[in-house]
Amino acid sequence: MNDRAWVATRKGLLELRRGGSAAWEIARASFLGEPVSMLLPPIGGTGRMFAALNLGHFGVKVHVSDDCGATWNEVAAPAYPQQPENAPGPAWKLVQIWSLAEARGTIWAGTLPGGLFRSHDGGASWQLVESLWNRPERLEWFGGGYDVPGIHSICTHPQRAGEMLVGVSCGGAWHSADDGASWTSRAKGMRAQYMPPEQAENANTQDPHAIVRCAAGPDRLWCQHHNGIWRSDDNAASWQQVSGVPVSDFGFAVAVDPRDGDRAWFVPAIADERRVPKDGAFVVNRTRDGGKSFETLREGLPQSQCYDLAYRHGLAVADDGKSLLVGSTTGSLWASHDAGERWSVVSNHMPPIFALRFG
Amino acid sequence: MAVVHFTPQLRRFVATPEVQTSAATLRAALEAAFETNPRLRGYVLDDQGHLRANVVVFVDGRRSGDRVRLADRLEPASRVFVMQALSGG
Repeated sequence: MNDRAWVATRKGLLELRRGGSAAWEIARASFLGEPVSMLLPPIGGTGRMFAALNLGHFGVKVHVSDDCGATWNEVAAPAYPQQPENAPGPAWKLVQIWSLAEARGTIWAGTLPGGLFRSHDGGASWQLVESLWNRPERLEWFGGGYDVPGIHSICTHPQRAGEMLVGVSCGGAWHSADDGASWTSRAKGMRAQYMPPEQAENANTQDPHAIVRCAAGPDRLWCQHHNGIWRSDDNAASWQQVSGVPVSDFGFAVAVDPRDGDRAWFVPAIADERRVPKDGAFVVNRTRDGGKSFETLREGLPQSQCYDLAYRHGLAVADDGKSLLVGSTTGSLWASHDAGERWSVVSNHMPPIFALRFG
Repeated sequence: MAVVHFTPQLRRFVATPEVQTSAATLRAALEAAFETNPRLRGYVLDDQGHLRANVVVFVDGRRSGDRVRLADRLEPASRVFVMQALSGG
């Protein structure tokens, strides 16, 4: 669905609708005043959707709607099992739901502090995927932007049931081909400059800010990493760094055209240590040839004195491969209807934007 | 009977009945409240049954410092207030 989109923000969930004028308008605000860390749009033509709240005082909550966000009911939130005494690593306490995905009736939730949960009953109950949680490598994961590590990307496979790749900041990428029964690290080729030289190529130390999979060609994945942009052509068995990225190859967000894996978009910032647009100009980088070349798209975006940053879930592309939204942590939202050639402001007055999803 | 009050801030999320209880400890008093509304538990306690980091409990005017065991002793006339801690925003 390309004429509806959702904005998860620091102060609620906003529904956007696009009418005949093609301009996006805010149609509804849910959970006004409450932080919504992630959402799952209506699933497969049904009205059933999910919102993950992160209440400042009272913890993480999950709400479901069966009427496309008109009304909501609270359901169970994922919960970590009893932590064994003296268990190493972060406390077994849910900090945040950072990613939500659906595949073949199962709901998946990636969380801080690094647990993946699944629900087979539409969110009525959740089970920790212990096969990943119990990997000894998990204890070497560390936080990226948070005190604890987290799973921010869940790339299910459109053709193969039970196959998925998850992205961890900071713990690389992990792959399962057996519905989560077993996992292997798949971040070979990535390189972490924030690690000592002998650890730089350790797959388990990588910080993939976001990973996305092309629906039409699922062996193609893109990763906006802490230290650049990587591409995989073999379902994450190997990763190749993309060079020659204009403006900057630092950023958080990435989107891939669901119809054509050679087409992807990125939102650069100056660098790790200075997370603002280069020269005060907010831009979107686009490749149409698998990363051999890039165009820097600026039309309609602020080109001076801009300090906006798009966080890892702050960029989305619709099924048509043309409709794009990019939102910032300071509450600006821009839209494009032509694959990023031109942009227009949806709002400069939103709360900090955590996530954008079409559907 | 000790009385447990919950901050009005919680009411927009979950029903918060005022509970009268003969419980001898804070944890037992909270369990009595959760019996009347099981959904309340997740708003006050975390995955491990500890007091949430940004929730604070006062027992007879004193802030409870035992966030893990919640073993504060209650008297028959004790008043317990479960409040949001401003550290949570």
